[in-house]
Amino acid sequence: MLTTFTPVEKPLNANRSAGSAAVTPARSEDVLVEVRHVSKKFCRDLKRSLWYGIKDVLTELNPWQKAAGSTSTSAPPSEHDLRHGEFWAVHDVSFQLRRGECLGLIGHNGAGKTTLLKILNGLIKPDSGFITMRGRVGALIALGAGFNPILTGRENIYINAAILGLTKKEIDAQIDSIIDFAEIREFIDSPVQSYSSGMQVRLGFAVATAMKPDVLILDEVLAVGDAAFRAKCFKRIGSIARDCAIIFVSHDQSQMARICTQAMLMAAGRCLYYGTTTEAIDQYNALQAAKSGTQFTLQTHEAIQSVAFAEGARAMTVQAGEPLTMKLRVSTQQRLPVGIAFVNFIDLAGTTVGQADFSVRLDAIPEGDSEVSPLIDRVDLAQGIYSLNLAVFASNRQETLVHAVNCAQVHVSGAPFMWCAYKMPVSEIAINSAV
Amino acid sequence: MELCERTYSPEPLLGSPVKLIKSLGADMLAGRELAWRLFMRDLSAQYRQTCFGYVWAFLPPLVASLTFIFLNSQGIVEIDTGAVPYAAFAMMGTLLWQVFVDAVTAPVQTLNAAKPMLAKINFPREAILLAGFYMVLFNFAVRLVLLVGVMLWWHVPVGLGLAFFPVALAGLLLSGTAIGLALAPIGTLYGDISKSIPIFAQFLMLLTPVVYPARTEGLAGLLATWNPISPLIVTARETLTGQDLTLLLPFGIISFISVLVTFAGLIAFRLAMPHLIARMGG
Repeated sequence: MLTTFTPVEKPLNANRSAGSAAVTPARSEDVLVEVRHVSKKFCRDLKRSLWYGIKDVLTELNPWQKAAGSTSTSAPPSEHDLRHGEFWAVHDVSFQLRRGECLGLIGHNGAGKTTLLKILNGLIKPDSGFITMRGRVGALIALGAGFNPILTGRENIYINAAILGLTKKEIDAQIDSIIDFAEIREFIDSPVQSYSSGMQVRLGFAVATAMKPDVLILDEVLAVGDAAFRAKCFKRIGSIARDCAIIFVSHDQSQMARICTQAMLMAAGRCLYYGTTTEAIDQYNALQAAKSGTQFTLQTHEAIQSVAFAEGARAMTVQAGEPLTMKLRVSTQQRLPVGIAFVNFIDLAGTTVGQADFSVRLDAIPEGDSEVSPLIDRVDLAQGIYSLNLAVFASNRQETLVHAVNCAQVHVSGAPFMWCAYKMPVSEIAINSAV
Repeated sequence: MELCERTYSPEPLLGSPVKLIKSLGADMLAGRELAWRLFMRDLSAQYRQTCFGYVWAFLPPLVASLTFIFLNSQGIVEIDTGAVPYAAFAMMGTLLWQVFVDAVTAPVQTLNAAKPMLAKINFPREAILLAGFYMVLFNFAVRLVLLVGVMLWWHVPVGLGLAFFPVALAGLLLSGTAIGLALAPIGTLYGDISKSIPIFAQFLMLLTPVVYPARTEGLAGLLATWNPISPLIVTARETLTGQDLTLLLPFGIISFISVLVTFAGLIAFRLAMPHLIARMGG
């Protein structure tokens, strides 16, 4: 049996992998979300922030104030508009979303993503620019809002749904499917305080997805829950994706690559990149690489005076599927026979995803100073940042010659359609038309 | 298909007052059912974990009046309340006073309790204020039972004025709500408000003719005349005890002002919320 893969035609969806073939291109031309030059400032100091809050409220209540200076047509606000102690949490961000599209927001913690979501949700006013939202807005930002721990799960479903804007009729019609989705039917009439946090998340998510919004905002809510439930949530979101515009914030890059049609990279409140998902993820990884501190440990045999990756070879960049040469400089007192030698590639999560074994190629480390450069034929890894561990054992397999943890970094970039850890080559295929 | 469109910008909402009032009305209507659900949630949760249930609703004012009843009965404090027995007089006063204080604290309290929701979800926020108001009404209903019991026990004479009691009560509730709404925005930012209300309430209770009848001369008379809450308490109590309504005009004026302040307070609440939420965190 063959599995066919048909790439989707529209250029905007070209970064989606085969796994999301269920999502169709944008159905209509109506723009549901329009964001123009939005900025928002916050204050660092709490007491000063509260005082500014009072001043802002009084300004708002003043019927004689003139209209705000910064609108969508004027220049973005500058540092002069900041009062003492304030900073721009979001600065001059613009984008547009149509029905069926999905925007991924990526950035380090504290980049301003949640603030932007709050403005989109109508909770706070921007300090300049404007946002237009059309249709019903559903936000999966805080699951289980309004839950009272003493009341039962069933009662809390009604409360949570009412807060999210569902009428009693709508809830009654969907109550059974909500309970089934949450998979807690036997505990639905117990007080919520007896639920585990995972069960509460299930319940919150089940209620939140009962809405049929036109704009859906997801803020890292898919990070919790067990793997099976997360898969179910994803499927549910995928099924409503074509009917609404989604804004998705997540740190999981494969999730983002699967469902987003476009992505925006934010850092310190500013938009660094807005365009294809692959490129945004690449740039994000590059930023992370530049920042991550190295916790380098080294353990060597007494005969080895020094071993390290060569200067300039400690941070390597390679295209997925391309060869990579690693340069090691080693200085020893005597010739050391080698039994096992390899370099492990470890992803940001700490999982060892690949190993480059050059035991066969390396008989021994020669005496004196030398440069050892293993050549990896193909780096078949998904895009991302990997730290390298080097391990060399003596030929008697008992002594450790070198054990270096986090001695170098490799940045693998641009692997379209590859959202797995490892690519498995297929060299043969048999096609039999008779069956 | 017609989609509702909303624009968020730094433009002042006061610039288009008609739109503002329309959206206020729309939100209050939309929030009706939610307010009821929030009220039922708080009610069920409040007494589910207690043994004595709703008794706790009228114990505080009862205990407050018992202090004065004791002092009066022992002759330590001599208060002449005419045809009405002092015990009944004091209890009625403290029950009515408690209703007023409840109405003042309700907006700040419910808003502070709802901070996690407010900071994360967009929903008609007037529903929270409305739910708080329902709770005030409910607590009053429980106290009303006690009030009726008190009146029957001490054979308090009632007159035609009893028909006016709901109006007097409405005036009391409205003025309490007006003050509460005025305090609410600052109350969500600074904890000083919720801390100071109980202290001021205790002190103000002694400055208002709650446990003693209104004087006409001296400092107490001055206070009775100029304290805006005294006409409310006095009128409400007079309707219950069949006495003449002596402070009807001040009562009317204050109630009217309360209506205006409540309306202004709702508008101010609506305008202030985005700024308060920005400082609330979460």
